[in-house]
Amino acid sequence: MPSPSSNGDTATRSPARADTETAGATAIAVRGLAKDFAGTRALDGIDLDIRPGELLALLGPSGSGKTTLLRAIAGLEPLSAGTVHFGGEDATALRVQDRKVGFVFQHYALFRHMSVADNIAYGLAVRPRALRPPRAEIRRRVEDLLELVQLPGIGQRFPGQLSGGQRQRVALARALAVEPRVLLLDEPFGALDAQVRKDLRRWLRDIHHRTGHTTVFVTHDQEEAVELADRVAILNRGRLEQVGSPDDVLDRPANAFVAGFVGQAVRLDVTVADGVVRAGGIGLGPAPAGATSGPAALFLRSGDVSVVAAGAGTTTGTVTANTRSAASRRLEIRLADDLPQIEAEVPLDRAVARSETVALTIRTGRLFPLVG
Amino acid sequence: MTAATLSGWSLPRRRPSALPGFGPTLGFALAYLSLIVLIPLSVLVWRASGLGIGGLVAVASSPRVRAALETSFYLSLVAAALNAVAGLVVAWVLTRYRFPGRAVLDAMVDLPFALPTAVAGIALAAIYATNGWVGSLVNDLFGIRIAFTPSGIFVALVFIGLPFVVRTVQPVLADLDREVEEASATLGASRLQTVVRVILPAMLPAVLTGFALAFARAVGEYGSVIFIAGNMPFVSEIAPLLIIVQLEEFNYVGATAIAVVMLAISFTSLLAINLVQAWCLRRYGHV
Amino acid sequence: MSDVSRATFRSPLQESLAVRWLLILVAVAFLALVVLLPLAAVFSEALRKGPEAALAAFDDEATWSAVTLTLTVAAITVPANLVFGVAAAWAIAKFEFPGKSLLITLIDLPFSVSPVVSGLVFVLVFGSHGLLGPLLSAWNIKIIFALPGIVLATTFVTLPFIARELIPLMQEQGTAEEEAALTLGASGLKAFLTVTLPNIRWALLYGVLLCNARAMGEFGAVAVVSGHIRGLTNTMPLHVEILYNEYNFVGAFAVAALLALLALVTLGAKSLLEWRYGDALAGKSRH
Repeated sequence: MPSPSSNGDTATRSPARADTETAGATAIAVRGLAKDFAGTRALDGIDLDIRPGELLALLGPSGSGKTTLLRAIAGLEPLSAGTVHFGGEDATALRVQDRKVGFVFQHYALFRHMSVADNIAYGLAVRPRALRPPRAEIRRRVEDLLELVQLPGIGQRFPGQLSGGQRQRVALARALAVEPRVLLLDEPFGALDAQVRKDLRRWLRDIHHRTGHTTVFVTHDQEEAVELADRVAILNRGRLEQVGSPDDVLDRPANAFVAGFVGQAVRLDVTVADGVVRAGGIGLGPAPAGATSGPAALFLRSGDVSVVAAGAGTTTGTVTANTRSAASRRLEIRLADDLPQIEAEVPLDRAVARSETVALTIRTGRLFPLVG
Repeated sequence: MTAATLSGWSLPRRRPSALPGFGPTLGFALAYLSLIVLIPLSVLVWRASGLGIGGLVAVASSPRVRAALETSFYLSLVAAALNAVAGLVVAWVLTRYRFPGRAVLDAMVDLPFALPTAVAGIALAAIYATNGWVGSLVNDLFGIRIAFTPSGIFVALVFIGLPFVVRTVQPVLADLDREVEEASATLGASRLQTVVRVILPAMLPAVLTGFALAFARAVGEYGSVIFIAGNMPFVSEIAPLLIIVQLEEFNYVGATAIAVVMLAISFTSLLAINLVQAWCLRRYGHV
Repeated sequence: MSDVSRATFRSPLQESLAVRWLLILVAVAFLALVVLLPLAAVFSEALRKGPEAALAAFDDEATWSAVTLTLTVAAITVPANLVFGVAAAWAIAKFEFPGKSLLITLIDLPFSVSPVVSGLVFVLVFGSHGLLGPLLSAWNIKIIFALPGIVLATTFVTLPFIARELIPLMQEQGTAEEEAALTLGASGLKAFLTVTLPNIRWALLYGVLLCNARAMGEFGAVAVVSGHIRGLTNTMPLHVEILYNEYNFVGAFAVAALLALLALVTLGAKSLLEWRYGDALAGKSRH
C-alpha cells in the first residue's frame, strides 16, 4: 500500500512496523479494521495511516464502505476486528464521547430547537463542571467560530431559518468548538446544489489551511476528492484499493478499479498478443513495454485518443457525435459496432463531420491484465 | 343551501382546476356539516346567549355546578399530566426498543379509543372497587378506596387520555433524526445529557399537544367515569353528569350553561395547541 | 484488543441494559394496569358464574333489540359519514378555495365536544321544550327518545372519522393522476372511480373501521337522546348500563364482552391495515 508519491513525500511507512513507533508521524492509524453487517463484510482488513494536518478524502462508489470507515474511526460503529489509534493512543475501546473527534454529518444534524450559538456551544456546555469553560469564555469562543465560518452575528437565529450552506458552516463550527483531534466529514457537500458546493469546497480548503486540523472527508465525487484532498483513499467493496496523492490515483492507478473509477475513462475489454492491443479483432496500437499477453482491460480518457492525419494513425474510427465545449470539440467515436464508444478532443479549427472516418492514435498506458 | 345552487354560484377559486365536481361535493359537505354539527351547536350558543353573561355566571357559580366543574377540571388536569409523563415513556419504549409482545402492546394502546366507554367504565369499576383485583390490594395495603371516590374518576380519565399522548409523541419520536443524537455523542455528551438536552426538548411540542388533547377529552368524558365515580354531589360528581341531571329535571337553562362552560374549556385547550404549534413553526421552521 | 472493543462497545444511541429494561418494565406495567386489566376484567366478570350464565344474557328479548338497534344505527350512520367524508375530502384535497383551513377545523369540531353536549344540542333543537319541539309534536314526529335522535347524535359524534383519514392522504396524492386520466379521455366520474378510489381504498376502510367502532360504542351522546326505553331505544352500551344498574352484573358484562370483542376485532383489523398497507394510509408511517 505505501507508495512513493509524486510530491516528494518521505513519510512512507511500512505496516510491519509497530503502531507505537509510528505514533509521532500519524494522527490516525487504522489497523486490520473489519466490520460485518448481518453476515456481509462492509469493511475488510483496512490499514490506513492519516498524517497530522493532512486533508484526506475517502472516495468510493455507494456501498463501498467509506461512510462506515469514517463512522468506525469516530466510534459510532462497533468493529468486528482491528484497532484505531489516535496519535499513538489506542482509541479502539474509547466511547465516542471520549474520542474527541469533530464529526460533521451529511445532513448537518443541527439541534433544531437550539439557537445557532447554543448549537456551537453544546460540546462545551455538556462538559463536567470542572472542565467547562466559564460562560463568558464559551460566548467568546462561539463568536470566534462564527467569525471563522464567515457567519458573524447569526448566533441568535435557529437552524430552520438558515440556508443549506449556512447550516453546513454552523455544523462545522460546532464540530470545531470542542477542539477535536481530528475532523471527520461525511459527504460534506452532498446535500447542496452545485454552485454552493463549489464555493464551500474552496472555503473548506481555506479553513483547513488556517486551522491545520487533520481532516478526513467522505465523498463519492472524484472531482471533489482530487480538487480538495492532499491524499485520496479509494474504497471498493469494503477494501482499500489505493491511497495516494491526486496525481498518483489519476496518473498511476494501482489497479483496474481505480483506473475505471477516477478520470472519466471508457473501459474496453482487450487482448494483448504479440505486442499489440486488440479490441474485438481491431488493432488499437502497440502494447506498452512489459505488458503481459492475454485478456486485459484498457481505460481510455479523451486525452488518450488523438485524431491524426489520414493514414498516420494506428487505427480508425467513425465519428458519431460532435459536441462543443468552451475551448474544444469533443468527438464520440465508434471503433466497431460491438465496442463502447470512445471520446476524443480536437481543436476548434479542426472541422469534423458526423459519420466521417478518422485516423486515430491511441495511448494504451492504462492497461490492466484480467486475472482468472 | 343546496348542492344545485352552490354549483351555480361560482366561488372565488385561487387555482382553477380541470377536475370536475367541486361545486356539488363542497355544497354537499357544507350542507351536511351544517345540518349535523353547525346548526345544532349554534342553537346551543344562541340559547346560552339568551341567558347573558350574568345568567351564565349565576348558573356556573351555584355551589353544586361549581363543585362539578372544578372536579372535572382539576382531575382532568392531573390525569393529563400523568399521561404526559407515562405516555412519553410508553411511546419511547414502543418506538425505541424491541422486545417480545411489543406489537401487541402497541396495538393495545388504542384500546381506550376502540372500547365503548360504558364497557371501560364498568370494567374499571369492577377492578378498582374494594373487592376488585386492584382495589382490594390498594385497600389492604394503604387503606385507600379508589372506586366511588375522586380517585376513581382520576383512574378513568387516565385510561381515556393515554392514547392521545402516545399517538402524538410516537411519530415525532420515530422521525427524530438519529444523526442528531450521534452528533450530540460526538460532541462529548453522555446519553443522559443527550436525552435531556436534545431529545426531550424536541419532544416537548408533541407532549404538550398530547397533554392538551387528553385534557380536552377528559373534561368532556362521561361513559367511563360515571360507573366508577360514585357521583356524590360536591365530591365526585363531574360536569357532564350534571348536564344529564339538569336535563332529567327539564332544566334546559342549567344544562345549556354548563355545556357552554365546558365547550369554552375544550376550545381554549385546542387554541392552546394551535398556539404551541404556531410558535414552534415560527421558531424552528417545523412542528 | 478487538475482542475487548467488541465486548465493551455500546452504541452511542443506546441506554444501558438496566435502564432499557427498567423503562420497558414501567411501560408494560402501566399499560397492563391501565389498559389490559380492564379488558381482562370484562371477560372474567362475564364468565364469573360460568359460560351458561353469560350466554343467558343473550336469551333475552331486550338484549336482542339492543343489538338490532345498534346495528341499525351503525348501518345508517357509517354510510352517511362515508359519503360526507369522500365529498369533503374531494373538495378540500383537489381544489383551492378560501376558507379551506377553517372548513377542516370545523370538520374536526365534534372531536372536541363532550359526548353529553353532542346529545344535548339535539335535545335543544328537537326536544319537547326545544326549538322545534312544538312543531314536531303538532305533526306527531318523534325525534328525541326515538331512532332519529340516536342516529343524529351518533352521526354528530362520528362525523370526522372518515374525512380526517382521507383529507391528508388525498392532499398528499395531489391532482396529477386524475388530470392524467382526464387527458386520456376519462369522464370525471370515471376518473374518480378508476383512479382516486383505488388510491384511497385502504384509508377509506381504515376510517370506516374507526367510525363503525365509535358508532356502535357511543354512550354519552346516545344516553342523552335515547330516553332508555327498554326494547325500543336502547343501544348495546345503554343496555349494559341498565343491566349494571339492575345489579345484573353477569348480564352487563356479557353484553360488554360482545362490545369488547368488537373493539378487539377493530384493533386487529386496524393493526393489520397499518402493517400491510401502511404506505397507503397517510401519516401512518409510524408503524
